Amino acid sequence: MRLEFRQVSKVFGAKAAVDNVSLSLEGAGFTGVIGRSGAGKSTLLRMINRLGDASSGQILFDETDILALSGKAKRDWQARCAMVFQQFNLVPRMDVASNVLHGLLGRRSTLSTLFNLWTEADIRRALEILDRLGIAEQAGKRAEALSGGQQQRVAIARALMQDPRIILADEPIASLDPMNAQVVMDTLKRIQTEDGRMVIANLHTLDTARRYCDRVIGMRDGRVVFDGRPEQLTTGVAREIYGADASFSESATSTAIEGLGPDTKYAAALMGD
Amino acid sequence: MSATDIQMTENYLAQTRRKRLYGGLILVIFVALMASGFTVADDRNAGGFFEGFHRILDFPKEILAEALTKWRNLPARLWAAVPALIETLNVAAVSTVVGGIGAMVLAVLSTRGLAPWPRLIPVFRRMMDVMRALPEIVTALVLIYLLGGGPVAGMLAITLHSFGALGKLFSEVAENSDLKPVEGLQSVGAGWFQRIWLGVIPQVAPNWSSYALLRFEINIRASAILGFVGAGGIGYDLKTALQWGTGRYDSVVAIFALLFATIVVVDTISDRARARLVRGGKLDEGRI
Repeated sequence: MRLEFRQVSKVFGAKAAVDNVSLSLEGAGFTGVIGRSGAGKSTLLRMINRLGDASSGQILFDETDILALSGKAKRDWQARCAMVFQQFNLVPRMDVASNVLHGLLGRRSTLSTLFNLWTEADIRRALEILDRLGIAEQAGKRAEALSGGQQQRVAIARALMQDPRIILADEPIASLDPMNAQVVMDTLKRIQTEDGRMVIANLHTLDTARRYCDRVIGMRDGRVVFDGRPEQLTTGVAREIYGADASFSESATSTAIEGLGPDTKYAAALMGD
Repeated sequence: MSATDIQMTENYLAQTRRKRLYGGLILVIFVALMASGFTVADDRNAGGFFEGFHRILDFPKEILAEALTKWRNLPARLWAAVPALIETLNVAAVSTVVGGIGAMVLAVLSTRGLAPWPRLIPVFRRMMDVMRALPEIVTALVLIYLLGGGPVAGMLAITLHSFGALGKLFSEVAENSDLKPVEGLQSVGAGWFQRIWLGVIPQVAPNWSSYALLRFEINIRASAILGFVGAGGIGYDLKTALQWGTGRYDSVVAIFALLFATIVVVDTISDRARARLVRGGKLDEGRI
């Protein structure tokens, strides 16, 4: 399993959200993408799932250029490449099990899915996944009735229903309290290690990146400015990624700096600027 | 206060004075329009408004007086009007269902973010504008001329108007729907139909149903009115009874009573149903 970016760029008007990114990810692993808001993290992830198109370049998965896919082939790719969103993106008025079954939409006939005609085997599998994630008892409830952490686990269950080789997580814990954030990150880590899936997550706290990731990619202004192991993520590197200039004290970066641990004093001094 | 603060205060006060001036001007124009409009309308009346105003209750009094003297006939008259009422309700129901389905399609086709052909959005919107702008009675008269009198012409006229009226409301609801679930479904490879049916419809269904029920109430009235121009139903009976004049005013009262009772009943049921739809099935828990 190999995901490779070749000189990928995405331009919005005059601004390059992703600027000539080249990198490759191999095998099952947990990769964290960090950087300030607007650094291009979400755009990068959305291009992998084809929710957004690139302006130029190639993204190859096992030598197939996924940016060149269209129509049915593109939807087939999306069915194998799961995505977890910051705001969960569930259908709030539908029950939890139905939301999980939506993971199969790309693989079942349109007519059967429009009328909710899932096979018993599909329903059983959805319930098994919910059970694995510890929320089986919520299966019949409306998604909107669940807490944020539970909704995110339903979103992960929907992703697992796709039986994907890659799971993309776009700020999966940004809307959650610390307790729920930990449960969600533990879940993502578990399905990455136990199932051997590739997980790529946009994260906005450095401590989370250090704790869960095998590899960290730092982005700034659409470019990759760091690519290494979590232990290489020093304060100096973080300053480079987040931009330790006059605008450094923006709240978007403060949580990241709080996570630096031994260098907190230095970070606090910078934030006081 | 610094010079900047004083300047800001002055600017704000100037802005407030300007707003008051504009408000006052608009009020003066409005009152002048009303007054001139009234004068024009009164001049065009066969009689003067004030001369005729005191006689406004004469006709209802005449009808009620006759109906009171024949009160024993009322149950029979009410019963006699029921088949025509059912026809009116049928016309309204079919128009609402067919109009609602058409409106769903038009709404999705004309909503940004959902439409499969975004360039055609203005075309579908103008289509709805035309259908909404045409009063049912005009369409009904044309159709009665083409197809002959009867409920079919009335039904088609109301359906056409419902397409436009409901389509516009449905589209506004759809425009405010949350696109995150749609994006979630797109990310798993769902096609357009799946995204709309599973991602949008569950969100908009309560409000769409609520508007459709409201339209049903309106269509009952429209269907009754169209009877006057020959589209059948209770309106036709009412017109015949009114044209007959003295001697059949007991029928007029019976038909009015039946129509009023029907509209109250439908209104009450649809109110409760709409509340249940919007609140998600919890009506009796003391929530406002």
